[in-house]
Amino acid sequence: MEKGSNLNIMVAGFGGQGILFAGKIVAYAGMIDGREISWLPSYGPEMRGGTANCSVCLSDDPIGSPLVTDPDVLIAMNLPSYEKFVDHVAPGGIIIVDSTMVAGFTERKDIQYHKVPATALSEEHELQGLANVILIGRLLGATGFSTREVCELAIDKSVSAKHTDLTAPNKRALALGEMWEGD
Amino acid sequence: MGEKVLMKGNEALAEAAIRAGCRHFFGYPITPQTELAAYMSRRMPKVGGTYLQAESEIAAINMVYGCSAGGKRAMTSSSSPGVSLKGEGISYMIGADLPGLIINIQRGGPGLGGIQPSQADYWMATRATGHGDGHVIVFAPSTVQEMADSVALAFELGDRYRTPVMVLADGLLGQMMEPVELPEPLSLEDLPARPWAIDGHRGQRKSNNVNSLYLVAQELEDAIQARFDRYEQIKATEQRFEGFMTEDADVVLVAYGAASRIARSAVGKARKLGIKVGLIRPITLWPFPVDAIEAAVDQAKAFLVTEFSMGQMVDDVRLVVNGRRPVSFFAHTGGIVQTPDEVVEALKRVAAGETINLVPRHGKLTGDL
Repeated sequence: MEKGSNLNIMVAGFGGQGILFAGKIVAYAGMIDGREISWLPSYGPEMRGGTANCSVCLSDDPIGSPLVTDPDVLIAMNLPSYEKFVDHVAPGGIIIVDSTMVAGFTERKDIQYHKVPATALSEEHELQGLANVILIGRLLGATGFSTREVCELAIDKSVSAKHTDLTAPNKRALALGEMWEGD
Repeated sequence: MGEKVLMKGNEALAEAAIRAGCRHFFGYPITPQTELAAYMSRRMPKVGGTYLQAESEIAAINMVYGCSAGGKRAMTSSSSPGVSLKGEGISYMIGADLPGLIINIQRGGPGLGGIQPSQADYWMATRATGHGDGHVIVFAPSTVQEMADSVALAFELGDRYRTPVMVLADGLLGQMMEPVELPEPLSLEDLPARPWAIDGHRGQRKSNNVNSLYLVAQELEDAIQARFDRYEQIKATEQRFEGFMTEDADVVLVAYGAASRIARSAVGKARKLGIKVGLIRPITLWPFPVDAIEAAVDQAKAFLVTEFSMGQMVDDVRLVVNGRRPVSFFAHTGGIVQTPDEVVEALKRVAAGETINLVPRHGKLTGDL
């Protein structure tokens, strides 16, 4: 995937895994890069303990439908989300899974998989709760949708003013995911 | 104009209202509009304004009535069932010639319906916001930027024509984030004067009266006719729309708000398949952009309307086209949102000469009505 190409991304998992926050980093990075972007959360009952997902579009043209129905990239943080969206991923697309949370799934042949044990990595590096950002790091490494510097600025913007102590761990999680070389 | 910020549609509406000089917000929480009220509850105290969570939607709209009659820019926001409740107050505002902003972030209905995006309040917004002869100006933005811009315009036109104005969006637009360049804040001193307001003159001028009751029938008829003269002026000068690739279009899609974004994606996809299609996107729903539809009749072989409802705006398109071209309809309702690919399938059929009236059942494109 070329840097700067249009990208429709679906981030999906349980409520509480930071799905919307992860999407927000990508959206902010796109905005800082001067691109057209949209960020659309699922809302309603899903937010209260069930599955949560978030559509992010990055484009060089005005964005039509902000609802991603055939993502170029799926980031799946649990098995139900993987199963819900796997068949919709565009042929030749990318699927990034948190392999600590998602195991024993059937793989498509026409997709590039990145299986990142993000939850295990987050615990190992004392970055609890930042598996989401590790996966965004992998998205950056896999697609080059933006740069490390811009994503770090996006983290500064995404982390609320009350929690600025969390920007450094978020940036470490981003770097960890970006540089991660595994499966 | 400042730098771009990333905001939810609901938040952009709220911030834009403050920047347009609104310091009085009266609301009552309801999904998918709640972020708007929540934003106001944080921001209004900081700008010396009033955020008031009323005891009900009816109370909130009547507070807007009172505040506006007192000469201040005021607003309320809600979602579909809550806007039904406001209907009485909106009618009173129309009858008293009061400006005021009403925001409807539509969800599925009727009744409590659902909480997912819908456009099933088109008729309510454009035909019957309340009882009696009357209208409100209705804006239907399709981006977060346009949501912010429409609020400023809504207040401006409300003052100019002394009418309530509605911004009609939906849960999708309310919840999504996009970059937005917020308008420069207006100074409260620069807002248009309201010489008709009841604002405490201490005997320095003749008393004003803000009222919707006319017991003498001739006086009521006169008042309504004077108001309808203004409506004619609004229809002549305030129709707004965006045309997209309509110049050579055989099929003209008509869609507003969030549905127009899906339609826009469908235009791109259909063009790649060699179908000559364009889009007319009404920005004002009342006044409906009659002239834009009329101008497309010669070129277009057929029209296709797509909404999130069983078919409401399609009536207005048919009224303009008046049988000269077939007007097809394709939609989802109840909180289901059509995909661009579904609209492309509908376009293929219309381009092939078929006239369709289609709301798919369980996602299958076979459920002709």
